[in-house]
Amino acid sequence: MTDVKNVDEVREALAAHDYLADEGLATAIFLALRLERPLLLEGEAGVGKTEVAKVLARWTGGELIRLQCYEGIDAAQAVYEWDYSRQLLHLRASEAGGGPIDEDELYSERFLVRRPLLRAIAHTGAQPPVLLVDEVDRADDEFEAFLLEILSDYAITVPELGTFRAETPPIVVVTSNRTRDVHDALKRRCLYHWIGHPDFERELAILRVRAPGVREELARQVAGAVEALRDLDLYKPPGVAETIDWAQAVVALGSTTLDAATVEVTLGTVLKYREDQERARSHGLEQLLNAVERPERAS
Amino acid sequence: MPPEAEHDRISLAFARVLRGAGLNVPVGSTITFAEALAAVGLDRRDDVYWAGRVTLLRTPEDGDLYDRAFDAFWDGRVEITAPATAAPPLTLAFDADRDESDDENDTTEIGPTMQVRYSRAEVLRHRDFAAYTHAELAEARRLMTDLRLAGALRRSRRRRPTNRERGRPDLRRTVRRSLRSGGEPIDRAFSAPSRRPRRIVLLCDVSGSMEAYSRALLRFVQAAVVGRGRVEAFALGTRLTRITRELSSRDPDAALAAAADRVLDWSGGTRLGDGLREFNDRWGVRGMARGAVVVVLSDGWDRGDPDTLGEEMARLARVAHRIVWVNPLKATPEYAPLARGMAAALPHVDDFIAGHSMAALEELAAVIAK
Repeated sequence: MTDVKNVDEVREALAAHDYLADEGLATAIFLALRLERPLLLEGEAGVGKTEVAKVLARWTGGELIRLQCYEGIDAAQAVYEWDYSRQLLHLRASEAGGGPIDEDELYSERFLVRRPLLRAIAHTGAQPPVLLVDEVDRADDEFEAFLLEILSDYAITVPELGTFRAETPPIVVVTSNRTRDVHDALKRRCLYHWIGHPDFERELAILRVRAPGVREELARQVAGAVEALRDLDLYKPPGVAETIDWAQAVVALGSTTLDAATVEVTLGTVLKYREDQERARSHGLEQLLNAVERPERAS
Repeated sequence: MPPEAEHDRISLAFARVLRGAGLNVPVGSTITFAEALAAVGLDRRDDVYWAGRVTLLRTPEDGDLYDRAFDAFWDGRVEITAPATAAPPLTLAFDADRDESDDENDTTEIGPTMQVRYSRAEVLRHRDFAAYTHAELAEARRLMTDLRLAGALRRSRRRRPTNRERGRPDLRRTVRRSLRSGGEPIDRAFSAPSRRPRRIVLLCDVSGSMEAYSRALLRFVQAAVVGRGRVEAFALGTRLTRITRELSSRDPDAALAAAADRVLDWSGGTRLGDGLREFNDRWGVRGMARGAVVVVLSDGWDRGDPDTLGEEMARLARVAHRIVWVNPLKATPEYAPLARGMAAALPHVDDFIAGHSMAALEELAAVIAK
């Protein structure tokens, strides 16, 4: 994919696969492809960080390999492990057969269980895979150091087998919710982009693409109301994912427009904290809908 | 000039501008930026802007500074000054002007070293920080280096090998061992869950009412940050400032000075509720405080709305393992938590302790490890 020519081409290709990126994100992705660098995406939950990797996979045709990080993740779950039960069976079998035990055979690729990082490095397909390292901030420092090593030379050494090296490096997307700072060394290795909430027009465009069953008027109302909600000083301002959910929830209820009653019953799809819902109610749901009128007039 | 040289030149020049504006730009990033320029070209302002932003920035907080630097650079005005980091009103050094007479006393008192030092340490252990002389504060600083903070242990998902014959079978080692016995898994290996210390989050009130204590407590916080990896530190004043990075320097003077530079509202008022809210929104509830031991070092005097404080404490209590509130005023015999903020916070506090002296800080260390 290093043959993309410019930023606009990236944006168009992403749009063709239902992802509307702004100038900054498109540039970041373009550079990640051109410079063959991992892309570190940070941003609030639900702004579409993970989606970037998915759309890259759809676009390039590469396999999407996802590594979900969690506290305590280690090499056995992220890189490789040996298939111990099969190794034991194999040992028993060769013992019963009276043959000698060949240790090299026991630690051959036959018994190697490839975890996401090794799969991404040792791929053989025509297209390089898209490696998504999701929520890296959940893993611990040790794992980060480990990841850095792999992302630096796109090579993994299995002591018993030798070194796997990527012929063409995978496209790497690392996401973080920023519950803690990712280590500087890893950040230096990556290109960095912060994804913010989209503005009204872009959110509307996203709704058109991602929720095609939603009528234009409703989409405008929902995008406007979400924008108003984000101004409310909430614990968790709704992300794009919530906007889409909300619009689809309203459609599922058979409504074609957003009114106070509909907002009341569907509020749980956008606001996931009781306190936030109360804040929205005390602010006045009518108020939210009035905010909706504004952008419509503006257009 | 060949284009590559042009990209390099621009990259280096802009990096210099950014550094001048106070951003940390490693050399590796300027190389990447030059490559990025080669990829996007120099024709469009937006392309150059984002190429720099993607390669040179590493936190969204630096965005404003970057924007200003870029505007100036693009327009050809290269004079940028760092944003005036207001000189902190309080010098953090522990040699604040105090009665010189004390110093003289000290020099006369110090006799045979070992014994006197020991007894001094003993006396110091129980004295209120507010009553410290400059020399005593220096002594306390040294003592604090020995204070080790470790969070209470919790089970980790990681497993470790064990010699006991129970737990979960450790197949990796079993396979290895069975090679020794001709393929027969006679000598089986096991693994047990390992234990990890919980994260400790320290929120240190740096408002005016805490001034007598925050000097000493901040040093305590610094010792904690340096001591082990999983400690996060914040200064709470009229706003919230994360000071983990600043405090992680091993040299206490450098660390405290760096923190003082960072904290702009030193010895101002406190809005505990708002500060906690910001902590919860930006760090705590998202993950930092989850399962952690959260320590609030504050006297509970709050200019903000006590309801906000109560609400935010409740939110924090729902994700934290334990909340320890350290209030130096608690040491006074007649103390009652009457400050409205303190009263609102108390229902959500698991341990309420004094923290006004070395001995009390030792108690704090014990409570955190509980």
